[in-house]
Amino acid sequence: MTIDIPQSFWLYFAFFVLLLVDGAWCMLATYNLLRMLIGLEILMKSVTFFLIVAGYLGHRLALAQAMVITVIVIEVVVVVVAAGIILGFFRAHDSMNVRNTRNLKG
Amino acid sequence: MTLMTILLVLLVLAGLWASMTTLLLRATIALALASAMLAVVMYTLGATIAAVLELSVCAGLISVVFVSVISLTQRKPFKDYVVRRASRLTRFWPLPLVLVAAGVALSFVHSPVQVALPVPGAEGDVRVVLWNLRQLDLFGQILILLAGVIGVLVLFKRESKDDN
Repeated sequence: MTIDIPQSFWLYFAFFVLLLVDGAWCMLATYNLLRMLIGLEILMKSVTFFLIVAGYLGHRLALAQAMVITVIVIEVVVVVVAAGIILGFFRAHDSMNVRNTRNLKG
Repeated sequence: MTLMTILLVLLVLAGLWASMTTLLLRATIALALASAMLAVVMYTLGATIAAVLELSVCAGLISVVFVSVISLTQRKPFKDYVVRRASRLTRFWPLPLVLVAAGVALSFVHSPVQVALPVPGAEGDVRVVLWNLRQLDLFGQILILLAGVIGVLVLFKRESKDDN
């Protein structure tokens, strides 16, 4: 048994892929740790958007919203912890350059 | 062009601005704008509670965290701005072209989509549910793993001269 997904799926899918490429490029083309975190945020926004679209088109919006709320909470925790690590790293090395992470011991 | 298409274009443009701008403060503002656009898209699709949470937490709290870190770490003089901007443009100029090309290519994809519903009695078998019924979830997991791999690759990237 199957259900047909409306053709508007491809519109949402196209913009999901565009956001995904944008976030991945932002992470790959930089050496700044904070900018990498911004790239990760864009990637998570694309995933959040696609979860809502999946719930909307599959008529399970409540389930999708529950998952998105979980994702947002985890996203905040990841950003706060990563920002703290970046701040500590900056105080130790006076730089936010990702190449300096090679100097870490342990 | 429908309202939803306009909103999605604005969302991608805000993300593009966050990626390409030189000043981190502007990138933070662009990220908050992208969050606001995503919240409007969610609200339009009917996900009102998630939209409110996205707007208050992602556009509000995360922006505050970013601005705090920027204010505690930015010591570069503003006169370096032009040099850094030129350096960034050499790495980021293909991104708008790639996005436009990908958008044009994806606009031609229109094959019909069918999603399998659970057959009665099959919900108990995790293998059937995971591999046959929840393929979209697996796709999402693959993407998250890809993001993790990208993060590891970025950590061990080759050296270059600047750190923008």
